[in-house]
Amino acid sequence: MSAPDIISPQLAKINEEPFYRPVSDENVLFEAAYRHKLPVLLKGPTGCGKTRFVEYMAWKLKRPLVTVACHDDLTAADLVGRYLIVGGQTVWMDGPLSAAVRAGAICYLDEVVEARKDTMVVIHPLADSRRVLPIEKRGELVHAADGFMLVISYNPGYQSVLKELKQSTRQRFIALNFDYPAPEVEADIIMHETGIPRATADKLVKFAGMTRNLKGSGLDEGASTRLLVHAGTLISAGIEPVAACRAAIAQALTDDEEMLSAVQELFSSVF
Amino acid sequence: MADRALNTAEIQPLLEDWLETEFSLHPMEAMAEEIAALAYADQVFILDWVKRTASANVQIGHMFATMAPRILTQMNHRSVEAWVLHALDEVDRVGLKAALDTLRDHGRFVSAGREHAVGAVYGDIAGVLRNFVHGLPGRMLKLERRTLKLEQGTSDLGAYTDSETLFLPAVIAELDAAQDNFILAKVMVTMLWAQTRFGTFRWDIAAACSDYPDPARALRCFQALETLRLEAVIADELPGIGREMRRLRKLVQADALPDKWRDWRDKLGKPEATTGDALACLEQAYAVSLPPAAPYQCDLYPEIIAAAMAARMAREKMLLRVKLAEMLDDEQPPAAAEERKPRIELNSTVASPNELPRSELVLDGNPVPLPDAVSQLLTSIQLDFGDIPPEYLEAAGPGEYDPSLYQPKGKDPDDVWSGIYHEEGATFYPEWDFRRQHYRKNWCVMREKDVEPVYDNYRQQVIRRYPGLSRQLRRTFEALRDRNRMEKRQLEGDELDIDALVEALSDAHAGGDISERLYNQRHRAGRDIAVLFLVDMSGSTQGWINDVERETLLLLSEALETLGDRYAIYGFSGMARKKCELYRIKRFAEDYGKEVQARISGIRPQDYTRMGFAIRHATRLLGETDARTRLLITISDGKPDDYTDNYRGRYGIEDTRRALLEATRAGIRPFCITVDREARDYLPHLYGAAHYTVVDDMARLPRKVADIYRRLTH
Repeated sequence: MSAPDIISPQLAKINEEPFYRPVSDENVLFEAAYRHKLPVLLKGPTGCGKTRFVEYMAWKLKRPLVTVACHDDLTAADLVGRYLIVGGQTVWMDGPLSAAVRAGAICYLDEVVEARKDTMVVIHPLADSRRVLPIEKRGELVHAADGFMLVISYNPGYQSVLKELKQSTRQRFIALNFDYPAPEVEADIIMHETGIPRATADKLVKFAGMTRNLKGSGLDEGASTRLLVHAGTLISAGIEPVAACRAAIAQALTDDEEMLSAVQELFSSVF
Repeated sequence: MADRALNTAEIQPLLEDWLETEFSLHPMEAMAEEIAALAYADQVFILDWVKRTASANVQIGHMFATMAPRILTQMNHRSVEAWVLHALDEVDRVGLKAALDTLRDHGRFVSAGREHAVGAVYGDIAGVLRNFVHGLPGRMLKLERRTLKLEQGTSDLGAYTDSETLFLPAVIAELDAAQDNFILAKVMVTMLWAQTRFGTFRWDIAAACSDYPDPARALRCFQALETLRLEAVIADELPGIGREMRRLRKLVQADALPDKWRDWRDKLGKPEATTGDALACLEQAYAVSLPPAAPYQCDLYPEIIAAAMAARMAREKMLLRVKLAEMLDDEQPPAAAEERKPRIELNSTVASPNELPRSELVLDGNPVPLPDAVSQLLTSIQLDFGDIPPEYLEAAGPGEYDPSLYQPKGKDPDDVWSGIYHEEGATFYPEWDFRRQHYRKNWCVMREKDVEPVYDNYRQQVIRRYPGLSRQLRRTFEALRDRNRMEKRQLEGDELDIDALVEALSDAHAGGDISERLYNQRHRAGRDIAVLFLVDMSGSTQGWINDVERETLLLLSEALETLGDRYAIYGFSGMARKKCELYRIKRFAEDYGKEVQARISGIRPQDYTRMGFAIRHATRLLGETDARTRLLITISDGKPDDYTDNYRGRYGIEDTRRALLEATRAGIRPFCITVDREARDYLPHLYGAAHYTVVDDMARLPRKVADIYRRLTH
């Protein structure tokens, strides 16, 4: 019997420039990290542009991008790969991480704390100077191709003890802190993404600021840029701003009746 | 009962019974006659409420019975009900005299009825408005009910602020529709916020008004002018509120301004107008008559504001300087800091005149990120001064301020009993009064305390006493624990099932069909359980019950450790509503270890069995966990009991039942284990037949509890 085949998924490059507005020097830092083969950790609240940033950098650096949204049932095998049976033969199927390591792609593990603890062990040897991925089941040690880069993201806003990133993990990464963009920039982004006029975008941003003031006193998190884009999209589709804010933002933020009424009072004040 | 009106002879004995006439000299006959003259529905209504109010207080009941027939001609049942509840609430909160006064004041009685029907009652709207005002940018403002009374005793008390807290009247009922009254309250809150946000208090208003022959009139004039200015800023900043303001003015016919006032409105409506401009108009405005006031125009008390501002400025200066010192410590080693004074700069950028400045802090040329607390502090200071005074930007020297002034004080819960009584730091819980069929708000004053640990190697003692039992418990619990189970022969999975594969290949060689089920799948069925044990620490557990309880808890903890379920243990006891205590033995987040063992050993009987608050607090604690199954197991030796507030008997049982219903509604499964042999009389009423168990032989409690736990969670 000959050695089993390896199937490794083909990875595509991003051809069109994704819209991204740098907030400070994050693109410079990211590029420097890439040139020097350092892994990157993106910290920040949900929906503030982390994923879009990675897409943008992958386009800029002309590397394929593999994105894995982590969840609590994600196992090491889901990342590394597994044997499959094809026509009476065993075939090794690379997981997204192995594929990225071999192809020299950027591998982005989104919300990495959500994944099971054992998956962390797999990424450790990739995140230091060794840059190797041991594939235990095949007895193979894959050395990462030149362009390979590991990027993980993490939302420090969740204050659950179970969702902490361990020191042994976080101390391997260059950490870039993300926050909501400054009001003018955020309004620009919404205008660009949705085509609504500047006055409406400004109001959305003002309302978002109000919900962010409420973080910690009733809301776990304020309205993200992503939610604002959603609301803007509804508005540009002809929905009344107040109705759009209710559906796209208020209901998405909370189920608490009292908080919901307060949030509704806030956006109906702004519009 | 027949559906016809009752006569005097039927009513009188009822009244005599409820109002305990044998102890008082109130003549019942006249009262009964008055009630007898009413329609049946009104009679039933009044009698029901006489009974309920009398159960709370005989005098209240008596006064209600006297007044009710007359009142019913002016108010409907719902309004009377709301009003009686308000009076009962007042008995609890303020005392009997205030409640009787409220009852006696007939004029207010009627208007209160109207207010309850359409008015925005503070308690109902505070939650939403508090969140609303927290959302608005600027200083974190508090919201409270107005208690300040004026000496002249005018009835018409408005909203005001001391520049930190917004005070709203108990009821806002200026308008005819309930929704409009709520909107009015919201606009008032916005108006008060705008005063702090747009610099009203940066001017010395009291001094400006004192030059006039009638300073009070000057102040009213200024309020009207300042309201015009703020209306414009708000309309610009929050157009939605701007629309509401115009509509409200129209509703009360205050939208037409005299000519002069229109000029001032135009002048003060410019974006760059300040309070200074409003004061500049004051001299002319004082000479003409006042325009109709906007319904949301707020009261203004310059002395109260000045006092609050002076205290805040001193406090925030200290806080900022201390924070800066802390930040500098983090930035550089202290040795370097001694050599020279660090340079602290603050770069603020302001996009437009009415926007809050954005600040960047630069320490020795390096920009540093602003912690949230510091940036809130800076905002608050900027609101008071317009910018940050340079003397605020100096790090506090070591020992310059007394740390007790800025460090949060830890309070010893026992301290409340020495010195004057205060309720600081306590949590309040309502209690159900079955006679009133209503909650008593914030009735129980609850504190969490730690059990005094006793380090006496208690674990060894217990395990030595029950060697077999502890091993047996652990084994049964281990069997419950689910490990990661491997499911074989699956359609897909993490790895190949070699057995299945070999079989399939030989099948293929033999020319048969190949099974597609060739994988192993790891199955993770999480036991996602959080359990809170609530242990009776009342005085009646003194002696062997207490011993068995402690042994049970220890053995149970040992067993639970092998199982890996999240668990917490709290003890409860109370004496009167103001001393409800919950003893922490093990918190959810705490590890089981020496400390917890010592606390279990240290459990000692305390006071009475007040249960409602304990269940309500346990419900809250369990609600904070994210477990799929949440259990509340009460271990008790008797029925709810307390020596005051009529807790003994039906009251206590009904309150406990209510608390358990609340728990069930919150998705928690309550269960009770008791040693009280009479428990079968009342437990089914509390827990339902399936959710309690009576342990006849106390010595078997440890085994029993473990059995029950296994049954409940399997």
